[in-house]
Amino acid sequence: MRIPVSWLVQQLELTEDYRDLSAQQVADAFVRVGMEVEEVSELGPVTGRVVVGRVAEIEELTEFKKPIRFCTVEIGEPEDPDDAEPETTQVICGATNFVEGDLVVVALPGAVLPGGFAISERKTYGRVSRGMICSARELGLGDEHAGILVLPTGEEAAPGDDAIELLGLTDSVIELSLTPDRGYCFSLRGLARELACALDVRLIDPAAIDVPVAEGESVPVTVTDPQACPRFVVRRVTGVDPTAPTPWWIRRRLMLAGIRSISLAVDITNYVMLELGQPMHAYDTGRLRGGLTIRRAEPGEKLVTLDDVERALDPDDILVCDESGPIGLAGVMGGASTEVRAESTDIVLEAAIWDPASIARAVRRHKLPSEASKRFERVVDPALPPAALERAARLLREYGEGSIHPGRTDVGNPTLPEPVVMPMDLPDRVAGIRYQRGVTVSRLQQIGCQVDIGTAEDGTPVVTAVPPSWRADLNQPADLVEEVLRLQGYETIPSVLPAAPAGSGLTAAQRRRRRVSRSLAEHGYVEVLPFPFVSGAVWDAFGLAPDDARRRTVKVLNPLEAERAELATTLLPGLLEAVSRNVSRGARDLSLFHIGQVVLPRAEQVPMPEVGVADRPSDADIATLKAALPNQPVHVAVVLTGNRQPPGWWGPGEPASWADAVQAARLVADAAGVELTVEKGDLPPWHPGRCARLSVGGFPVGHAGELHPKVVEALGLPQRTCAMELDLDLLPLVERRPVPSVSPYPPVLLDVALVVDAEVPAAELTRTLRGGGGDLLEDLSLFDVFTGEQIGEGKRSLAYSLRFRAPDRTLTVEEATAARDTAVAAAAERHGAALRG
Amino acid sequence: MSGANDSYDPKEVAALAPDLLQAAVEKASEEFSSAADLDALAAVKPAHLGEKSPLLQARREIGALPPKARAEAGKRVNEAQHQVKAAFDERRAQLQAERDERVLRDEGVDVTLPWDRQPVGARHPLTMISERIGDVFVGMGYEIAEGPELEAEWFNFDALNFKKDHPARTMQDTFYVAPEGSGLVLRTHTSPVQVRALIERDLPVYVVCPGRTFRTDELDATHTPVFHQVEGLAVDKGLTMANLKGTLDAFAKAMFGEQAHVRLRPSYFPFTEPSAELDVWFAEKKGGAGWVEWGGCGMVNPNVLRACGIDSDVYSGFAFGMGLERTLQFRNGIPDMRDMVEGDVRFTLPFGTEA
Repeated sequence: MRIPVSWLVQQLELTEDYRDLSAQQVADAFVRVGMEVEEVSELGPVTGRVVVGRVAEIEELTEFKKPIRFCTVEIGEPEDPDDAEPETTQVICGATNFVEGDLVVVALPGAVLPGGFAISERKTYGRVSRGMICSARELGLGDEHAGILVLPTGEEAAPGDDAIELLGLTDSVIELSLTPDRGYCFSLRGLARELACALDVRLIDPAAIDVPVAEGESVPVTVTDPQACPRFVVRRVTGVDPTAPTPWWIRRRLMLAGIRSISLAVDITNYVMLELGQPMHAYDTGRLRGGLTIRRAEPGEKLVTLDDVERALDPDDILVCDESGPIGLAGVMGGASTEVRAESTDIVLEAAIWDPASIARAVRRHKLPSEASKRFERVVDPALPPAALERAARLLREYGEGSIHPGRTDVGNPTLPEPVVMPMDLPDRVAGIRYQRGVTVSRLQQIGCQVDIGTAEDGTPVVTAVPPSWRADLNQPADLVEEVLRLQGYETIPSVLPAAPAGSGLTAAQRRRRRVSRSLAEHGYVEVLPFPFVSGAVWDAFGLAPDDARRRTVKVLNPLEAERAELATTLLPGLLEAVSRNVSRGARDLSLFHIGQVVLPRAEQVPMPEVGVADRPSDADIATLKAALPNQPVHVAVVLTGNRQPPGWWGPGEPASWADAVQAARLVADAAGVELTVEKGDLPPWHPGRCARLSVGGFPVGHAGELHPKVVEALGLPQRTCAMELDLDLLPLVERRPVPSVSPYPPVLLDVALVVDAEVPAAELTRTLRGGGGDLLEDLSLFDVFTGEQIGEGKRSLAYSLRFRAPDRTLTVEEATAARDTAVAAAAERHGAALRG
Repeated sequence: MSGANDSYDPKEVAALAPDLLQAAVEKASEEFSSAADLDALAAVKPAHLGEKSPLLQARREIGALPPKARAEAGKRVNEAQHQVKAAFDERRAQLQAERDERVLRDEGVDVTLPWDRQPVGARHPLTMISERIGDVFVGMGYEIAEGPELEAEWFNFDALNFKKDHPARTMQDTFYVAPEGSGLVLRTHTSPVQVRALIERDLPVYVVCPGRTFRTDELDATHTPVFHQVEGLAVDKGLTMANLKGTLDAFAKAMFGEQAHVRLRPSYFPFTEPSAELDVWFAEKKGGAGWVEWGGCGMVNPNVLRACGIDSDVYSGFAFGMGLERTLQFRNGIPDMRDMVEGDVRFTLPFGTEA
């Protein structure tokens, strides 16, 4: 909302303290009471001679590509009263929206316009141009630059008059960003009231208009849905001069508010909307057919709106209709058939109150936000329509020479705010401060409440406040509290740190997530936080089967990028995209990780229950609410490409491999304190021969390995890119880790080399040896894997070093050897392993 | 052989003469000193300390002396032998030290050679600042609460006093998900976690809720459609707006240093009443110390407490929230928010494991 400071100040009974109230002081006052100031822009500065001019003669220069005019402009009375020749200047002008005789604004050489635009005498288009005929934008009055500014006829201005004063160029415009609760502030009336409260001065209410008693009806009106239209008021003005211009003071305020001037009747409805906050509509009476009916749309109905677009209506739309059918989309946009035109002389003015929620839905449905709908979807003062109509009708009478028809139709019985009862000391208790006596009552009165003081049943003092008609947002004690606190100033509230009860620190899952993240970082992984939006095409690139669960995604209805409408079911697409981005920027060796939620829709979608807010939902409702949400476990994933260990002067680097991906899973498992089982897996997008299936406690938790070469190719990734992903939420939480008893006795170390079929996974052989070695086998490690002719086709040799130790004595070599033999025997039995000679 | 003890041949015992002994000592010292290394020293050792050395030979002649002269001669030989041994030990220690020093010198390397073989990783600064904030509040007795990113509208809007079709609902630029009317949204703020905390936990509740949030803003230097918030909530008996301010002041100091404090400006949020915008005094603000817009806050709206089944006549509470990207942006002087979302490792690596 943009509004000139001069207009605001005009509505205040300023005390001596505020004689020199600056725009900045006004802005600060607004901020203090909760109006966010976006910008304070001073008009101008305009210096030098900028005057009213009358276009005396226009010479069209035709030798150029675009129309150019060489104008002679009268810019002052004759210096000598006897001299018939007025002072003139000659100016080149590229605009064509004016005729001889028009009053315009001329900046003469030496003048400086806003933005440091200096005017000087110059040669251009083969002539000497002495000055410039200005547009509104060049004068800093708004964005209109379609042509130059032509002053309305009938304006009391003469050539040579100082345009700076006439146009009000020594003013400031405040732009406010208004919160949705303060519908009444979308007007001069509301903002001036806030300013009056902030400065503690009296307000001159522009809506305080004597509205005469109506003499009968104006136009017959039927409201079939009072919920949709709580109040509908119309008045008629006849005999309006359709050629009458809008006076400059109205045009100027509209211009500074960013509203284009259209015609007197339309400008007046817009002006009253700005002034009082009541959006209005003007109909050409001659085009109306019979009385008006307010109803919801019927299926299949259509309406051509003012912008000449035919709109299919929704049964939720509220319509203004005459006997011809719909003539307006209520509160949003009028219809084309009855709009006021250049020749309209008989006008019906409408001021109505609409159901805010219906208007909000209609605006979204038809994508038609407007100045009117912006106000209606908040709240418009239901007491306002008669005053607003009176104001508009009088302006039309004054400037359009119309006659106000004595009748007025006023249908509806809008609800007014209910009284709110509040303990007298509630503002003090909420703020944590003791306000002076009387503060609560005076602040509530200041915002327009009728206040009564009384006593509750228990004898404590209470205030009963009847909010003013424009404050439908005040309906509970907390709302009144806010009014008192904000007007007293939040800066008066002290700072007191409360003592929270002792908490129990981070949860086990929170500690684990931090450990996993730290461990990966400390092992060389860089964390990235990709967006969850993915394209369905990625599943094809991944080579997922049509029925793969990862293709079952939640779709975003309004994605920022149409091709990225799915919510990721795996962290890999985002990570791989981060790889590509880094690679495209010249990186080669990358180890990235991401810990985040994925969205996994349930196989059977539970419908979202209807749950109210009047009280805590039942446990069953809460359970259903949660069940209606997709499962969203926290995953951890890594991707690797290039070298895992860089090359250097010490020698070549170590390329990242499937093994590093599996190792990343081990890092996660170690950080989580769980034992990870690695088995051969086969799941896209991994390489079928280089994919490990990861499980914990018998439950599959994820996969790791090298990506499938086709996936690498389809996504344009570096060769041999590797990845790991597991579901962190599936890992059991380990609150206390078991500590083995530590034997002080010396170990016996024995090595064995076993020849097995190459198909036998090392992890299985290891597991068998560990089991077979019994309690005396403290640890074993695989130190060599060998294939070759000596071993035989399809075989490989795995060499282990085994460490035996007894908890209670020094182990003899014989005992250790016996235990080793048992382990080897187990391996022979399960895997056909033979001791290598 | 001569007769016992009463006669001796002075020639036979000349080896025991003091001057000869002295000469033997001097010769040994001289030869030890001139040994260039430990091997040379070992080579000359037998000549002076071995079986055939002059001093050992002289010792054998002691028996030939008259008994009264034997003690004195023995003493003399011992003395000489000690001197030779000492000369040897001294020289050996000297040569060993020289050798050790030489070995260490020879083993020297250029320690300035780079040895960055271990890959270096880093955590994202947003993760770390989120944890840091969590830690500040855990220190005050709060707990950390979390919730899902795809959320029921009931938690994201309804229970937070966003009326259906009210502009407040549309001003949050929500991502909706299929099917139309699913009742699901990508949470527009972390406030639904407040509702979950109030419904699930016993009173009093003191929680902070960090998390990822979503709004349909195009990505640019100061906006991102996917961002992070942290939100705090306290519901207890007798909590006041002064308590809110006190908590925020303590939080600001923990994050930005002793000088930091907050300022509240009246504002509107459906879930708080009264509501306020929150500015923080930031000493290191670009261009000089000053106020920086930090977030929003207020006293929990009784309508929210009601929807969570809490008696607002008995309990009151405050809530506050701020964007982590924005916090990081002004705290660490990051000009472009896109750097935080693009995942370029050159942005993240310098943070290491602390933001």
